[in-house]
Amino acid sequence: MSDKGLTFRGGIHPPHFKKQTEKSPIEEATLPKEVVIPLHQHIGAPCEPTVAVGDKVKVGQKIGDTKAFVSAPVHSSVSGVVTKIDKRNTPGGSKTNSVTIQVDGMQEVSEEVKPKGDLENLQKDDILKIVKEAGLTGMGGAGFPTHVKLSPPEGKKIDIIIINGAECEPYLTSDHRMMLEHPEKVVLGTKAIMKALDVKNGVIGIEKNKPDAVKIMKKAVENEESLTVSELQTKYPQGGEKSLIYAVTKREVPSGGLPMDVGAVVQNIGTVAALADAITTGMPVVQRVVTITGSAVVKPKNLLVKIGTKFQDVIEQCGGYTEDLGKVINGGPMMGIAQFTDDVPVIKGTSGILVLNKKDSQRPEPSNCIRCGKCVDVCPSGLQPLMISKNSLLRRFDDAEAYNAMDCIECGSCSFVCPSKRPLVDAIRVAKQEITAKRKKN
Amino acid sequence: MENKVLATSSPHIRSNENTTKIMLDVIIALLPALIASIYYFGFDSIKLTSIAVIAAVATEAIIQKLLKKEVTIKDLSAVVTGILLAFNLPPSAPWWIPLIGSIFAIAVVKQVFGGIGNNFINPALAGRAMLVASWPTKMLGWENPAGVDAVSAATPLQIVKGAEGNLQPLTDVIFGRVPGCIGETSAILLIIGGAYLLYRGVISWKIPVSYIGTVAVISFIYEGSLLMTAYHVFGGGLILGAIFMATDYASSPVTSKGKYIFGIGAGILTMLIRIFGATPEGVSYSILLMNAATPIIEKYTAPKVFGGAKK
Repeated sequence: MSDKGLTFRGGIHPPHFKKQTEKSPIEEATLPKEVVIPLHQHIGAPCEPTVAVGDKVKVGQKIGDTKAFVSAPVHSSVSGVVTKIDKRNTPGGSKTNSVTIQVDGMQEVSEEVKPKGDLENLQKDDILKIVKEAGLTGMGGAGFPTHVKLSPPEGKKIDIIIINGAECEPYLTSDHRMMLEHPEKVVLGTKAIMKALDVKNGVIGIEKNKPDAVKIMKKAVENEESLTVSELQTKYPQGGEKSLIYAVTKREVPSGGLPMDVGAVVQNIGTVAALADAITTGMPVVQRVVTITGSAVVKPKNLLVKIGTKFQDVIEQCGGYTEDLGKVINGGPMMGIAQFTDDVPVIKGTSGILVLNKKDSQRPEPSNCIRCGKCVDVCPSGLQPLMISKNSLLRRFDDAEAYNAMDCIECGSCSFVCPSKRPLVDAIRVAKQEITAKRKKN
Repeated sequence: MENKVLATSSPHIRSNENTTKIMLDVIIALLPALIASIYYFGFDSIKLTSIAVIAAVATEAIIQKLLKKEVTIKDLSAVVTGILLAFNLPPSAPWWIPLIGSIFAIAVVKQVFGGIGNNFINPALAGRAMLVASWPTKMLGWENPAGVDAVSAATPLQIVKGAEGNLQPLTDVIFGRVPGCIGETSAILLIIGGAYLLYRGVISWKIPVSYIGTVAVISFIYEGSLLMTAYHVFGGGLILGAIFMATDYASSPVTSKGKYIFGIGAGILTMLIRIFGATPEGVSYSILLMNAATPIIEKYTAPKVFGGAKK
C-alpha cells in the first residue's frame, strides 16, 4: 500500500468544496408545519399506505408497507394528522404516492418504538428483523433495501463488510460529521451487520482528505479485533460500491453482478448509524443528516432533518437562497439530481441539498470531440465513453452495447474531465435506457 | 420557482480544461524549437511559419463561414497545424509552399472530414506529403544553419545513408546546428517542449517513448553502434514527429495498449523506410500510415472492462 492510500483504476480529482460545512457540527432542524413522506423511497416495490386520511400518527409509526421482499417500510417522522395521500413530486424525479402529515409539534413517540436491547443478546434473525422493520435502505443515495443485502442466497458466502466512509462526492459532509460526532453508532451498526451475516472482518474505508475522521474512527475500533479502518486515496468515485470493494480487497465485482458475488457487502455510514439507533432506541429511519451547501445558500449547514421535510423548509433554516439561485440538487454535484422545484421532500437517500448560483449552474456549450482520450483514462469501469456516446448520439444502440454501455455506473467522471464539454454521461444514459428497453422486448 | 432553476442532468461540475487551453499548451511547447529555428535559419523561419499559420487560420475561418458553421478558430488548433506544417518545411522553401500546404491541410484533410477531431490523418503531415509529392525539389533544398561553415548542406540522415559530406558532431545534431526542416533540428528543445506537455497532461508518454525506443533498438541492431543510433534518434524528424505529430489526438489511438502499438508500428516503418527506402527519412510517412491504421488498432485494443464484461 502506498502513502496515497488504497484505490482503484481511473477516477478524477474534482475540487473538494467541503470547507463550507466540514467543521459545522450537526444541528437538529426545527420541525416543519407539514411533512410529505413518499411511500417509495427505495429500489424495489412501492409501499401501500397503512394509514388513512384523518388518522392521527405518532413518531416512528409505520405508515406504509408491502409484502414484497425487495422493499422497505416507511414510518412517520412526526406526530400529527394525515391530511392527504396522493401523488407528489419526489427528489428522484417521479411523482410518487405520498402521505402528507400536518405536524402537531408534540412529537409523541409511537408505542411500536421500543429499545431492542444489547447486541450480545440479539440473534441473526433478530437483527435482520430489526433492519427490515426499521425501513433501512442504502442512505448514500441509491436506496437499496438493507435487509436484502443481508439475505444472500444459498451458496453466496460473505466474508467482508465494508463501511463506506469515502464520501467522495464534492461538497457533501454528512457522513464525515457522523463519523466525527457519533463514531460509536458507526461501530455498533457495523458490528450488528457483521453479526447478521456471520462475518468476522469489517473495514471502514475513509478517504485521506478526512484525517480527523480517520483518527476518531481508528480510536473507536481500537478494542474491536475484527474491525479496522482503511485509508483510501482521495479520488472520485472512491465511494462507488465496486471501486470501494476493489480498493479494499482487490476483488472485481463481475460485470452485471453484485458485491455479494465477490463475498462483500458494502454499507453507507448513515445506514449503519441508523441501524445503531434502531437497536438502542428502537426508532426506525425517520430522520437523517443532510448537508445543505453550495454557492446559493446563505448559511451552509449539516442538519438532522425529519424525513418528509420539504427542501424549501430546510433551506429556509439555512438563511434561504442568495439572490442568484440557479440550481437545486438532491445529493452531490457528480451524481445528484437537479430539481425543478424545491417543493420536494427530504427522503432517506438525501445526503445533501446542493444549491448553486446561476454562474455555477451553467452547462458549458459542447464542441467537437477532439479524441484526447481523457474519458478513457478516467473511466473506473474501463469503458470508452467517447465511443459509447458517439454511437448513442447516432442512435446506433447495438454498437453502444458492444462498447459495453451497460457497464457504465454513471459516475460522471468522463463528462467532468472532457475538455470539449461533451454530454458523455447523458448520451450513455440514453443508450442504457434503449438497450434495457430492447432487452425487455426480446 | 419552477421556471427559475435549471434542471440539467449530472454531473453539475466540470473541469476547467478546454480545447483552447490544450492547444495553447502545444503552442507553448513548440516555442523553444521555434525560437531556435529563427536563430539558426533567420528570417526564412519567421516568414514560413507566419504564412503557414495565417493561411491555416484563414482557411478554417473561410470554410466554416461558407458552410455556415460556427467559426472555431479560437480553439487555436489551426495555429498548431500551421506551426507544425512550417516545422516540416526546408528553410529554402518559397513563400507559396506553406500557403498551399496549409490550405490543403485545413480544407481537405481537416474540414472536409468534419473539422477538429475528425481528421483521420495528421493534417500537417498530410500537407507536407502533398507538397513533397508535388514539388519535390522545393521540399528538399537543405541549407546550413547560421554560423556553420561547410560546403555541402546535407542532413545528418542523408550523410548516414551515404551522401557526400562530413557527419556533423553529435552535439550540433542534438542542439540543432545542422541542415534540416526548420522545426525538426533542435532535438533537445523539442524534448523540453515534450516534457512540458507531459507535465501538463496534454500528451501521454506512451507513443513518443515506444516510437523513439523502437527506432533506437532497430537502428542499434542495424548500425551496431551507439553513436550511429544517436544520429538516427536525433538527426532527423523523429523527435518532432514522435512528440508532436504522432500524438495528434484525432489520428492516434485513445486506448492505452493502442498507443504502444501505434508507437512501435511507426518506429518499425520509420526504420524500414530509412534502411530500405529511397529517402533517408521516413518519419512522416510512417506516422501517416499508422494514422490510417488507428481505427483498427483501437478496435483490437479496447481496455479491459472492470469486472470483465461478457462478450
